[in-house]
Amino acid sequence: MQISLFIPCFVDQFYPQVGMSIVQVLERLGHTVDYPETQTCCGQPPFNAGYWDEARAVAERQMTVFRDAKTVVIASGSCGAMVKVFYPELFHHHPREAEARALAAKTFEFSDFLVNKLGVLEVGARFPGRATFHDGCHGLRESGSKKPPRQLLQRVQGLELVEMSEAETCCGFGGTFAVKFPMISTAMGEVKCASIADTGADYVISNDSSCLMQIRGVLDRQGKSIKTLHLAEVLAQT
Amino acid sequence: MNVYAKEFNESARRYTADLRHRELIQKALAGYYAKRDEFKNRFQSWPGARDLAAEIKWEAINHLDRYLDEFVSKLEARGTKVFWAPGAQEARDYIVGVARQHQVRAIIKSKSMTAEEIHLNDALEKAGFEVVESDLGEYIVQLREEPPYHLVFPAMHLTRQQISDLFHDKLGSEPTNNPEDLTMAARRVLRRKYCKADMGISGANFAIAETGMISITENEGNARLTTSLPKIHVALVGIEKVLPRLSDLALFLPMLATAGAGQSITCYNTLYGGPRQPGEPDGPEEFHVVLLDNRRTEILADAEQRDALHCIRCGACLNVCPIFKNIGGHSYGTTYQGPIGSVITPHLRGLQDWKHLSQASSLCGACTETCPVKINLHHHLLHNRRNAVRAQPARLEKLIQSAFVLMMRRPKLYQFAARMGRLAQPLQPLVRGTILDPLRAWTKTRSFPPLAQKSFRELWRERKAS
Repeated sequence: MQISLFIPCFVDQFYPQVGMSIVQVLERLGHTVDYPETQTCCGQPPFNAGYWDEARAVAERQMTVFRDAKTVVIASGSCGAMVKVFYPELFHHHPREAEARALAAKTFEFSDFLVNKLGVLEVGARFPGRATFHDGCHGLRESGSKKPPRQLLQRVQGLELVEMSEAETCCGFGGTFAVKFPMISTAMGEVKCASIADTGADYVISNDSSCLMQIRGVLDRQGKSIKTLHLAEVLAQT
Repeated sequence: MNVYAKEFNESARRYTADLRHRELIQKALAGYYAKRDEFKNRFQSWPGARDLAAEIKWEAINHLDRYLDEFVSKLEARGTKVFWAPGAQEARDYIVGVARQHQVRAIIKSKSMTAEEIHLNDALEKAGFEVVESDLGEYIVQLREEPPYHLVFPAMHLTRQQISDLFHDKLGSEPTNNPEDLTMAARRVLRRKYCKADMGISGANFAIAETGMISITENEGNARLTTSLPKIHVALVGIEKVLPRLSDLALFLPMLATAGAGQSITCYNTLYGGPRQPGEPDGPEEFHVVLLDNRRTEILADAEQRDALHCIRCGACLNVCPIFKNIGGHSYGTTYQGPIGSVITPHLRGLQDWKHLSQASSLCGACTETCPVKINLHHHLLHNRRNAVRAQPARLEKLIQSAFVLMMRRPKLYQFAARMGRLAQPLQPLVRGTILDPLRAWTKTRSFPPLAQKSFRELWRERKAS
């Protein structure tokens, strides 16, 4: 299958290895991957802040970039929800509504794509260790994607997956919320990290790098050595 | 930043630093979660029940004019006096007027968030009437002279020890750690108040259009005493409380108990259809129903957020909200705390004054997921943010957003900015945590990742070249 990658801006700049891991996994499964280089950001920051005209201006650019793509795989549950759930709302009654809906329909978050679109559960990964999975809220509740990442991780050789009690509790990132209300965001991060630590896991895995940025940030200050990994980084290991 | 936002931030800062509070609330809710799930599973289908409840409320709210008329005409037919209150002031004036007209000496009141909303107790006390809350939790916060902490569990933030100290202080009861003894201490006082009161004030959980009755659901029996012992009963009812049919209660009563308190059904469920009728041995001589709008019709006029009027005030959204659990109910500074409060307060009390509540959310959606009547809560927070910006954008933020758009619409500029960021990055440790640190709000409590040496784009190009 011909797959176009949407690498969100912060993955591009902070976590490029996540994008490279996705390329590795998809190619290992025999697919052809392209990366339209003029893409930037999905527009979520202005959208969440209430600046919908600005968000639309950014979103329109990505709609143009991916106009001819057959299938788009996006490296974040949150940006995936932006495209799949919020683009149609953002462009409601707008001349480009049909285009927004078309992009929403052909865009898939990475784990959702593997499991629900390709029907692949076993990607031939090997990763020894004890890990717990953090559900990004957007992937979990906007896209209803609780199972796919777990189905993939359960088939990774050597990986022991343990559930934390607060798996579905928000890590407190929430985009600009994290800096507009740092005290609330940090407290939420602390609750999350306590639950992660309780599992005794060596790794916390998520399909959202933004959540992992928050979790890593809190864990570092707590002096905890638990490692944070994106799902794709685990699935790329053989 | 306005005064409400400032107070919110200060309180949130105080509460999030209070680990004892966090633990107390977590512990209090752990039991609720277990019971809620147990009783949810007793429904044939909880998702099906939610669909049906949302449908019934949709029907009621979208035909509110018709159902309210039906409700009122049935009530009046049995001699109930109905007052349509456009706002809080009119509602307060009417109730104070009734009390004055009957030369009321003492008032007993059962739990009503709508009464909190219009600050009814203050108005009555200012007019010279004593009002005593008869719900145990409400009585406790009334003695402490503070507003309810949670719209269902008003004294959730207090330990038994604190309540014992309070009762010892205010009621002269013996210090005790035993919940039954504490309840008895309050009960001894409250029983005398019921007997003395000549006016009882209640809210309503539901207003049944078909039969012209209000439904009150409770666990302590205090609402029954409040409404039936005094010779006058006044019920304050928000206009959104309407349900079309009596049989709708078969769904809504267990649903409210399950979502709100983790119970299959509450202990006392009563319908009130009018004052004492000829030949009846008991009940109030007069029954007044005050129907309150107080800007609910503004929510009704907003098609996008109209479903916020579905709310049955169960408090389930508070119980799952990570913001609520960390900042506590008092930080909101509103009658209705948590996600539902953040959604409706801007409508009830002004968007610009209360928009900060919609911003103080990570938009995790736990509220929407749990809401038994399927209010699209967290998306409405987004709508409030959008509406606030539309009406009055913040100058600096608007500038930042415009710059962001400029960069994100020009890939070359975006890449240039990223390169500049990488060049400037080594300087960040020099200013880390100081006023010059642009990342201070983050780095004060969290580490920040470095920009990667090579962006994905660069790695991709290298890979393609090789």
